[in-house]
Amino acid sequence: MVYRFKTDLKYSDITPHEIFVNRRQLIAGAGAVAFGSIAGPALAKIDAAKSRYSTDMKPSSFEDITTYNNFYEFGTGKSDPSYYADALTVDPWAIRFDGLVDRPGNYDLGAILKVVNMEERIYRHRCVETWSMVIPWIGFELKTVLERVGVQSGAKYVAFETLERPSEMPAQKRNLLDWPYREGLRLDEAMHPLTILATGLYGEEMPKQNGAPIRLVVPWKYGYKSIKSIVRITLTDKQPKTTWNEIGPDEYGFYSNVNPEVSHPRWSQATERPVGGGLFARRKPTLKFNGYEEEVASLYAGMDLVENH
Amino acid sequence: MTITQRINTGLKRVPAWPLYIVGPLPVIWLYYLGLTNQLGADPVKAIEQQLGLIGLQLIVAGLTITPLRRFAGLNLIKFRRAIGLLAFFYVTVHLLTWLVVDTQLDWAYIWMDIVKRPYITIGMTGFLLLLPLAVTSNNTSIRRLGAATWNKLHRLTYAAALAGAVHYVWLVKGWQTEPLVYLAGIIALLLVRIRIRPKRIVGNTLKRAG
Repeated sequence: MVYRFKTDLKYSDITPHEIFVNRRQLIAGAGAVAFGSIAGPALAKIDAAKSRYSTDMKPSSFEDITTYNNFYEFGTGKSDPSYYADALTVDPWAIRFDGLVDRPGNYDLGAILKVVNMEERIYRHRCVETWSMVIPWIGFELKTVLERVGVQSGAKYVAFETLERPSEMPAQKRNLLDWPYREGLRLDEAMHPLTILATGLYGEEMPKQNGAPIRLVVPWKYGYKSIKSIVRITLTDKQPKTTWNEIGPDEYGFYSNVNPEVSHPRWSQATERPVGGGLFARRKPTLKFNGYEEEVASLYAGMDLVENH
Repeated sequence: MTITQRINTGLKRVPAWPLYIVGPLPVIWLYYLGLTNQLGADPVKAIEQQLGLIGLQLIVAGLTITPLRRFAGLNLIKFRRAIGLLAFFYVTVHLLTWLVVDTQLDWAYIWMDIVKRPYITIGMTGFLLLLPLAVTSNNTSIRRLGAATWNKLHRLTYAAALAGAVHYVWLVKGWQTEPLVYLAGIIALLLVRIRIRPKRIVGNTLKRAG
């Protein structure tokens, strides 16, 4: 079996671990050595090209983005992930590609990252719980890796799975969800240029509470579609089972496109509260497809978006 | 004297009125934290949830007083009115926070939420059930209504407690442990109130027959 992007490079080779853990000191000290001759590895700051898909809205603060998370593997409280995700081992890390692909296999993350173009994508992020953020992700188009592994003609959907490791993800010891967390996209959604796999934010390696080392970001869908800490990507001809959809199909549709017109039994989706605005921040109207209507509406031409919510 | 008796005697000297002063202080503290940006990314939700939770905890506290007296002989009855009124106070501030700070008095939105979201409908029902209880939590009302009627009226607490717990279970995503623990606790506290009466009736009948 040929792994087209198999190299002996490990994820850790991209930034040596000791440099990564000391990155703040390095950045702080960078000024002092700037005029000396520095060789060796670059800083942990990820080089990423700007993108025309970025919004010009002001990103939420790093603190808000990294302390207000839904990552139930670490607990249901918003701050639980920032407390407990530290225990997660993200290196080594591999993603298994299987199903209807030409070159299935376990690919080391380092090898994957060697062949992609990193971009900064500043995206709006809308949670089904009606809060929203603006996040400067670093990542690459999912399409590029799917093309590398070779999508077979029968494939219609892409299924994703989060890591299942209760020893490091304490809430997986409870029957809160049917672990591992699963999500899915239709193939054309997965191949859309807005759909990225992100490995960082604010120019840094992905914080663990945000889904390190690699997560999906689909900005026109509610946040739970953007699955974190991915270990498996499966191409399939059937609509995959997805975690929240299995729990409550009326509440969490397979598509889960942000849509202020679809009444959710739990929350009105007509408005949202941008986080970080303090106690008296005003709600603002939610946009269809979270403001990405121009880019993605054609994917759903002729579809009843209430029926297929 | 047993320990319980000693505690009961000691408690006679502890007044209930400081509860009315100390009880509301956490509200001020929460709003202070919110205004000074110490409640994380979404201070509105944090305040709302904390107030609701304290309200529910006070309702649970109020429900424990009768079983504590019956099963442990501990007499905390003189604190029950303060606990009940504080529960009402927290539920009211919780509701006001939702109306004023969260939805910002957008009445069309609020009405839609009350009607269409079952967890808000039941939360609102719980609040309405508490209203007549708060209004009649004074000696004049007890005298006017008569103790029997007043007691019957105040059994609405049971329904309100259940409404509060279901509101909590329903508003979180999925089946989370904490709200279910509250619901189970409240159900248990209500079950221990059921007296087994048939036996006594049989006894009386027999006596009369004899």
